[in-house]
Amino acid sequence: MAALSCKKDNYNGPSITLQGRITYKGEAINVSAKDVTFELWEPGWGKNGAITVNVNEDGSYSALLFNGNYKLIIPPSQGPFRSVLNNETNSDTVRLQLNGNRTMDIEVMPYYMVRTPQFLLTGTAVSATCKLEKIITDVNAKDIENVFLYLNQTAFVDGTNYIARVGIAGSDITDPDHVSLNVEVPANTSANGSTGDQGYIFARIGVKIAGVEDMLFSPVQKIDL
Amino acid sequence: MRKHILIISSLLIFILACNKDSDFLNTAPKDILTDDAVWKSEDLTLSVLADLYNRYPEQQTITNWAEYTNFDEAFPSEAGNYWRTKQVDYPYDWWNLWDYGYFRDLNLFVKKCRAAEQLSADVRNRFVSEARFLRAALYFEEVKRMGGVPLILEPMEYNFSGDPAYLQHARAKESDIYDFVIAEMDTIKAILPDDAGIKSRATKGVALAMQARAALYAASIAKYGASTPTVSLAGGEVGISADKSTAYYTKALAAAQEIISSGKYSLYKKKTDDLQDNFASLFYDKSNNPEVIFAQDFKLKSGKVEDWTLNNQPWSSAEEQQGGRVNPSLNLAQLYEKLDNTYSPFVTNAGSDYVYYNNPLDIFAGRDARLGGTIILPGTKFKGVPLDIWAGVMYWKGGQYNIITGDNFGDQDSIPVAGAPKSSQVVGADGPVDGLQFSAQTGFYVRKFMDQTVGSGQIGTRSEVWWVRYRYAEVLLNAAEAAFELGQNDVAATYINQVRERAGFTIPLTTVTFDRIVHERRVELAFEGHELFDNKRWRLAHKIWNGETISAADLVTNIGKADKVNTMIYGLWPYKVYNPGNANDGKWVYKIVKPSNVTAAHRFKLGNYYSQIGSDILSNNPKLIKNPNQ
Repeated sequence: MAALSCKKDNYNGPSITLQGRITYKGEAINVSAKDVTFELWEPGWGKNGAITVNVNEDGSYSALLFNGNYKLIIPPSQGPFRSVLNNETNSDTVRLQLNGNRTMDIEVMPYYMVRTPQFLLTGTAVSATCKLEKIITDVNAKDIENVFLYLNQTAFVDGTNYIARVGIAGSDITDPDHVSLNVEVPANTSANGSTGDQGYIFARIGVKIAGVEDMLFSPVQKIDL
Repeated sequence: MRKHILIISSLLIFILACNKDSDFLNTAPKDILTDDAVWKSEDLTLSVLADLYNRYPEQQTITNWAEYTNFDEAFPSEAGNYWRTKQVDYPYDWWNLWDYGYFRDLNLFVKKCRAAEQLSADVRNRFVSEARFLRAALYFEEVKRMGGVPLILEPMEYNFSGDPAYLQHARAKESDIYDFVIAEMDTIKAILPDDAGIKSRATKGVALAMQARAALYAASIAKYGASTPTVSLAGGEVGISADKSTAYYTKALAAAQEIISSGKYSLYKKKTDDLQDNFASLFYDKSNNPEVIFAQDFKLKSGKVEDWTLNNQPWSSAEEQQGGRVNPSLNLAQLYEKLDNTYSPFVTNAGSDYVYYNNPLDIFAGRDARLGGTIILPGTKFKGVPLDIWAGVMYWKGGQYNIITGDNFGDQDSIPVAGAPKSSQVVGADGPVDGLQFSAQTGFYVRKFMDQTVGSGQIGTRSEVWWVRYRYAEVLLNAAEAAFELGQNDVAATYINQVRERAGFTIPLTTVTFDRIVHERRVELAFEGHELFDNKRWRLAHKIWNGETISAADLVTNIGKADKVNTMIYGLWPYKVYNPGNANDGKWVYKIVKPSNVTAAHRFKLGNYYSQIGSDILSNNPKLIKNPNQ
């Protein structure tokens, strides 16, 4: 009985890996962990439902799938960027044929890019400088609402995961080529409750763009204390 | 004798078995009522209606305590619910509601009851109007959570043709649903009884109250939706254009004023010698309550009882080994103003030293009576038993205060000071003990809707305190908000001051601001299910729950600001001072603490404004479109 029932109804799981990064001109766009997603649709089945793929904080993604023909869509509310027009479909939909593992970068148009971020520990404070390059300058251009410097004990550093942060309003930035921020490292930098201080910390610059929910980030930088 | 029984039973078998075979299939069912039977009997029709009333949609209610702990009003003091203060994001499909089964039953009721000629016209019209009221209530709840939904007013039948496309309807505009609710109330208010004594069935009063609330929601979505342009859909399924706000506010004010000028309802003021007690009684006094307009009623020994008191009773007077689940936050408690109309955090420190209070209740003195009416404070009593809320003993040793505490209710220990008793109580019988479920982990228990009756905390008895869905004070606040938005500041002040006067304020407000409107609703209507939907319609939800960590210093600044960030729950813990020979010995000090189970800052994303429509629903009906930002 047990032997019989264990055969036909078991299917193999998905085994094809689709991976890559969300990029602008080949450079990965850093976002906050777990916040940015895109959708894969596989038409032709009875029921419609998207496969949601999460983008990692460094802009990379991966998904385990079956071979087949998919459509890739980045919902308009996702990410600090806009989709680019796909020439094949003449929309933002990207056709995707999977026939074995595939690595594919998804090119998008970010509102801004954080260029040349530099972090420096001076005494008990971390200072950061960067250049904010405005990429979208046409009618869809958006202003910067805030720029933040975040510190956290773990490599997950973003708008909800931080132990210290400092921010400046976009209207107070006089020169986007030279944005600098300075934040004090908290006395207690342990990742495990109140004991066992660790000798390092992670820092990251985040940009909140007006009218865009997901923030844009610099890569995470580990700083030895 | 046995022989006789045998003969009789075989005879019976013979007789029963000899019925005609065809009659066997025609036996009238004994366990269900048929349409023919129901629609000619007033009583049976009423039972059908009672079932429909029983399915009234709700989110936060006293029969669903944990929902109160999702935001910032209260902390969940139950081990299985700590995740609520540990998750950052609200899932997009929370609060979703797609109850077309209920709509179908309501539509069937309306259709069949209209055709029930054997009922007298008066009875029939009232029943139909009540079902229309419930249907509008469900549409209102749908539009609050999902935005515009398909507006189906007739029961639909499938013709088995293999093509269900004609049953698939597109979503109506958000404003269409609000217009429908408002128009339905205009029609049925003339038919429903105009009797303030009826609380658990639809009346003219609740029809107007729902109309005022719905019009106010639509108006504020039109006005404040302009600040979140991405929360909208091109077809108007989500979002209402800003130019409609004035008409909706006018309608809301007119409906509220119709209730006010009818004089049938008034604020509850039976116990004016103790305003805190008065405010608490408003929710459990079911005899001639002039304020309650519409409630879900309960009755002891009928099977329909509720367990709010069982779930939330203080440990010191608990009638079972449980209680204390909903712990109101300090964030909420400090919103209650001082009687001179100013906001102030509770004073815990004077410079680098603590402030010493003779009595644990002193720190809360001179405040809005609704503070003590809504929250059980340290130093008060419940069911005649004094509360025992204190987190530990602060003893003076080595030139500083040290804390000794226990890890269970009312633990004993010895204070490590020479001359101290060998064993004494070091923590209150109600806690707070951090992480101990059922203890007052914020230093507070909830009082609103709590039943004073003996037995209300027993599993075998429970409580018959009702759940108030609409009451007069909300009508006044709705009128005040609508008048304020229409620029009638004096009118707004008159209404808001009536509510504040009942809470013990003697200095009336002269001007009303948006912050004041928001504030007054938060303190008056706490634990009544308004929190989420108010913040949604004002488009404040993504600002106050923005995912940013708040510190104790952040907590006590900007009190009373509508858009103050409120992502993490804090508590206020009393400590007993042990310092024999010192003037402060035996006094009380307070500390602001964040319970260790509050680890995440809540974040309400733009995609949370309208809940997600399930992919099964979308896939069954291709005419539906998704909600924005998800």
